[in-house]
Amino acid sequence: MPVLHVENVRKSYGGSSFALDGVSFSIEKGEFVAIIGPSGAGKSTLLRCINRLIAVTSGTVSVDGTDVTKVSNSGLRILRRTVGMIFQHYNLVNRLTVIENVLHGRLGYKSSLSGTFGLFSHAEKIRAYELLQAVGLSEQIYQRCGQLSGGQKQRVGIARALIQDPTLMLCDEPIASLDPNAAKIVMDNLRDINQRLGITVVANLHQVHAAREYAHRIIGVNAGKVVFDGPPSLLTLEIIQQIYGSEAQDLMLADGELHA
Amino acid sequence: MRSIDFLMRQRLVVGLVCLGILIASYAAVVVTDYDVVKGFQSIPKAVKWSSENFYPDEKSLKRLPKIIAKMQETLVTAVTATTCAAFVGFLVAILGANATRPHWVFSIVSRAIASLFRNVDVSAWSLILLFSFGQSMFTGYLALFFVTFGFMVRMLMETIDLSSADTIEALRATGASPSAVITQSVIPTCMPQFVSWTLFMIETNIRSATLVGILTGTGIGNLFDIYYKSLNYHAASLVIVVIVIAVLLIESVSNAIRRVVLQ
Repeated sequence: MPVLHVENVRKSYGGSSFALDGVSFSIEKGEFVAIIGPSGAGKSTLLRCINRLIAVTSGTVSVDGTDVTKVSNSGLRILRRTVGMIFQHYNLVNRLTVIENVLHGRLGYKSSLSGTFGLFSHAEKIRAYELLQAVGLSEQIYQRCGQLSGGQKQRVGIARALIQDPTLMLCDEPIASLDPNAAKIVMDNLRDINQRLGITVVANLHQVHAAREYAHRIIGVNAGKVVFDGPPSLLTLEIIQQIYGSEAQDLMLADGELHA
Repeated sequence: MRSIDFLMRQRLVVGLVCLGILIASYAAVVVTDYDVVKGFQSIPKAVKWSSENFYPDEKSLKRLPKIIAKMQETLVTAVTATTCAAFVGFLVAILGANATRPHWVFSIVSRAIASLFRNVDVSAWSLILLFSFGQSMFTGYLALFFVTFGFMVRMLMETIDLSSADTIEALRATGASPSAVITQSVIPTCMPQFVSWTLFMIETNIRSATLVGILTGTGIGNLFDIYYKSLNYHAASLVIVVIVIAVLLIESVSNAIRRVVLQ
């Protein structure tokens, strides 16, 4: 059974055009999938339809066999806690400390009452500390998130997702706001999560070369439709042009990619 | 040259606006029979009168303890009304903000309530409430409460939507319950703005409380009114001095709090 199955998903924000227009694919456990495409192609919408941050207009999305589009509110909470998510702008509570932000990842496992009062167990705090150690932030645990650099913030985001014990990790442009050095650290972290912990990773990426380097499989999206789905080796220059709808010369690609 | 046309047009607009303001001012002068020359001429007379009568003398200083007691009463009313209204306003703002509302109907209701309470002036509220609650501290308290409540709901709804939308999304994605999202994300994110707006309203309300006091016959405003109407200008001026000192004190305290909270 695939970890994620998306079938004929359409999403319209009102009006006649579709942000997603009949998207289908299946992702098996342990895959590292990159979704690429121009801005406005529907990548972010697609990712948010997977954990129902955005409701689909039609079609089905199932995660571990549960139909996300039909699940009840309490069922949705249970489903979401097994799906980690990281964001382009990190989406951390900047006024809280690093460890508090990581512990937020446990809120899906809490009753409303203990979640509301932020009551976390000793074991959860130890776990948060270990995860921060693993992403190299053990020095910063009591710092406010607002004081961290972009790369550090994204690693806090990763720790917050990992403490959920996810089977699936959604990454919405995880490195789009980072410098190349920080971006590499974050992508290496994601690869590590995928290989060592066997967590399935689905990442929206702007950078074609990062997608090539890290993903086992690339899905190209344009105007709400899947226009490519295959391993990086099949991603030729013509296909990149198709996905981005422009001449490859106009695209800022890494040197190797033009001659690939 | 389109760019030159564009600049000329902008200047023309500015010129027309200035002309409009001048015409409106002139019309107002004509309609109200205001004598501009006489108006300016009376300024030296006013200054002369004030310097001869409107200053605290030794006799009026004896009234200082009473004035300070009334000032305290007014300060406490203003602070209590503001903090209570800010707290209730925060709850209503959470129900009404796009990012946290349980249903879109709540947004419309919150917005309507906020507009109603905010757009009626504090003096109007005092007079309206005077009918029901008479000349009491409570009337002034309610008037200040209403206006502050309307203001806080409006401001905090915007703050929540602007500053916590990102983290709300993240916490929802972890499966957090709606109430946990509010306590773990919305409240910490909005706290500096909340404190800042509350302090701002405390400062504003201390000034308003004086006016409200004149209307509702309570506190420092009433004391001023009594002295002024009994022609005891020395004591009245002492009241003004005490108010100014109190406002300056409160402002410096609130600035100090702001510095600590907003860093």
